[in-house]
Amino acid sequence: MITQELKDQLVSIVGTRFYLDSNNERYAYSYDATPLYQSMPDAVIVPGTTEEVAQILKLANEYRIPIIPRGSGTNLAGGTVPVEGGIVLHLSRFNQIYEIDRENFTATLGPGVVTSELHQAVEAQGLFYPPDPGSMHISTMGGNMAQCAGGMRGLKYGVTKDYIMGLEYVLPSGEILRCGGKNVKDVAGYDMTRLMVGSEGTLGIITEMTVKLLPLPETKRTLIAYYSNLLDAARTVEKTITSKIIPATMEFMDQATMRVVDDFVKLGLPLEMKSMLLIEQDGTEQEVDRDIEQIAEIARAQGAKIVEVAQTPQEGERLMVARRSALAALSRLRPTTILEDATVPRSKLAEIVEEIERIADKYQLQMCTFGHAGDGNLHPTCMTDERDTEEIKRVEQAFEEIFLAAIRMGGTITGEHGVGMAKMDYLGLKVGEAGLDLMKRLKAAFDPNGIMNPGKMFANSDRRRVVVKQ
Amino acid sequence: MNNLLKPNQATPVCDTDKMELVSKGSLSKFDMNEILNCMHCGFCLPACPTYRQMGMEFASPRGRIALMKGVAKEELAVDAEFEHHMNLCLGCRACETACPAGVPYGSLVETAREMVEDQKRDSAKPSVMKTVVFDKLFKNPQRFKQLGTALWAAQSVGLQTLADKTGLIKVLPRPMAEMQKAVDKIASPIARKKREPVMKSGQANALKIGFFSGCIMDVMFFETNQATASLLQKAGCDVLFVQEQVCCGALHAHAGEKDGAIELAKRNIEAFEQAEVDFIVNNAGGCGSALKEYHHWFHDQPEWQQRAMNFVAKMRDANELLAELPPLTFSKRIEAKVTYQDSCHLAHGQGVRNQPRQLIQRIPGVEYIEMNDADSCCGSAGIYNITNYEMSMDILDDKMKQVEQTKAHYIVTTNPGCLLQMKNGIIRAGLQGKMEAMHVMDLLARAL
Repeated sequence: MITQELKDQLVSIVGTRFYLDSNNERYAYSYDATPLYQSMPDAVIVPGTTEEVAQILKLANEYRIPIIPRGSGTNLAGGTVPVEGGIVLHLSRFNQIYEIDRENFTATLGPGVVTSELHQAVEAQGLFYPPDPGSMHISTMGGNMAQCAGGMRGLKYGVTKDYIMGLEYVLPSGEILRCGGKNVKDVAGYDMTRLMVGSEGTLGIITEMTVKLLPLPETKRTLIAYYSNLLDAARTVEKTITSKIIPATMEFMDQATMRVVDDFVKLGLPLEMKSMLLIEQDGTEQEVDRDIEQIAEIARAQGAKIVEVAQTPQEGERLMVARRSALAALSRLRPTTILEDATVPRSKLAEIVEEIERIADKYQLQMCTFGHAGDGNLHPTCMTDERDTEEIKRVEQAFEEIFLAAIRMGGTITGEHGVGMAKMDYLGLKVGEAGLDLMKRLKAAFDPNGIMNPGKMFANSDRRRVVVKQ
Repeated sequence: MNNLLKPNQATPVCDTDKMELVSKGSLSKFDMNEILNCMHCGFCLPACPTYRQMGMEFASPRGRIALMKGVAKEELAVDAEFEHHMNLCLGCRACETACPAGVPYGSLVETAREMVEDQKRDSAKPSVMKTVVFDKLFKNPQRFKQLGTALWAAQSVGLQTLADKTGLIKVLPRPMAEMQKAVDKIASPIARKKREPVMKSGQANALKIGFFSGCIMDVMFFETNQATASLLQKAGCDVLFVQEQVCCGALHAHAGEKDGAIELAKRNIEAFEQAEVDFIVNNAGGCGSALKEYHHWFHDQPEWQQRAMNFVAKMRDANELLAELPPLTFSKRIEAKVTYQDSCHLAHGQGVRNQPRQLIQRIPGVEYIEMNDADSCCGSAGIYNITNYEMSMDILDDKMKQVEQTKAHYIVTTNPGCLLQMKNGIIRAGLQGKMEAMHVMDLLARAL
């Protein structure tokens, strides 16, 4: 509860324009892109400076008001749903790129910068920021950082955590701290930067970030291969990499996904095929041509029925758009679409896809699978209806089995979406009881009063927890 | 407040019991299936002009649909705040193009506004402006003609200049004052009377076109209608001005006046049935979009729905039809740089994007320059530039930066509202004399 007295103090920090608490305003911040989760905040505050953030956090800490940092609200783990009420701290005003350092290959920016805007700004200077989550035209860099977003280029270039070099952050106490910076080598103390990345807003508020850049690859080419089964596609992925070729992107779509995406983007895909791979390589012209030719050969040798090389960059781009639209296009089938991101070592790709099919069949659910084949990060997606409580129960059971299968294969419960609320019951599966305990103690060191994004990451102690027997 | 979902209810999973598999219909007019189709992925956010201006969730399509869902679940009231958020939407439907899930946002926001108007009718009187504009003016074509004559007279005696010079303009409400500067000299009553009801192509087996002249279009842009008819005639069609037609009803529907809109639709369907034409053609993107959606307005009247479907099947935008017909032969060159501003309801509503661009590029001498974000709304949006003046002008000023970058001599568009807004934009950006706003049909006719 925010008392009138506290409200007055908060308004005096940001002004009435940026303190929002009418019914409609609060309702519009009661959800993110995750299905099924919704809860009202007490207020939405849109701060404009680090100093304002510090003052707000200090007050919230004193009055024990939850703080939920938020960018564009595209996360898929319920990470920005204000489940215990409190203040949604909307960081959209921190939307400036302060510097692109062409000597050190870094960019310094506010967390409210939209990911694809950073892409455009650095690419205009011949530089490259590789992480490209599916929501990159909407999501903010702060959100990418908080969830450690992945994307399609993960296989070759890694994910958000591999590019965050330095941060400015605010603790609930109101202290403003800095960690990391522009140094490639920096071993002064614990790596706080890495700890903050992927902390899902549970430790502090990021107010500035410095990211690593690369030279922009000269060119890229796209190849598509269609298969009459799953195994041949998985083997193509394996064989490509064991041939020591690391493509920038290796995306997988199953038949059900192909059908829906084709209906949306109208690409004329051969819909009788059971699966497809979308492979992109970047680099110099020579490297790219050589690699793409070699991959085409591998694909044919592994039984691909059709292999096509996109003739122009525009054609390649259009195919990538198809893959980027997969999740949302699937939502046309049924009212509710639940997407997970169970991840396995690459070598287990075919095994997990078959396991997902078996589980979907067992629980009689409609599931499509697509995802980042090159890094084993799959998106089994269930089309359902949130009003059908009986079916939703089966969905939950099915996903639990999928998580267990992933863990059994040496994988993880979440590759790139984060734990949030959606997977907090399963975190123990991956990190163990002692791991959970240490994480909680770490959080307490940053946030002793538990105001930072409460109700996320860690399950309430009395909730049922699945124990896996290895 | 009681009905709002509260924090700490131990319901991270939203309370599904309030949502039944079939929407109730009694309290809420929303189709729950359509609302649930929005998976709140956020793809619409960067496409939305008001979100881009404000950066706030409630100023986005995803936010507005969430508020509608709140109303449908009886967690939010249909009140002044809800009305404000629904009316801040331009209705440009760029979000529908961006939406991978195919959510029919345009019809959802119309339903929301309808509920707002229903609520107001129950509780208080509707606004005077709405009564005058929607009931008295738009439903009566004769009044439109009278208004046209009055406007012509005012312009003829130099009232516009007089108003500018005397400062009378300062007394007018600002949106009106600013917009009227942008209005061209309208056609005289004599010129309008000279219109021939049928324009024959002289060809055997000519396509018979029923021309939907529109109400605003026919008063403010009479010459554009004449130019369109001439182009169609030149392309080998017999063009018929159907006398009994009335306003298309789009503005009524956008403003939540659904009953008024349906009444107008019925009159138009009847008028064009009697005319027995091959195609119905119009040149205003906004009207065209509504005319092509008539069948969605009659869900509970099967007989009318069938008649509406027949009407819709014949409906074409002038750009659409001219692009399909044998190419026009132009006798003049237009040595100029030309850029194109999409009409939202032509691009996002009707999916007509390439045809006007193709037609422009067929004119000899024209250098066509594609503008960045050409299909993003100019802020005109029906009567939005009067009802939400500040936001409309913010959007327009951003748009003019893109327009200016093209260094075009002509900014071409396909809808009266957009055309007026562009004319105003040229004045605001200080580009008079360097750039002219024009309807695509007028530009084409100039090269005939």
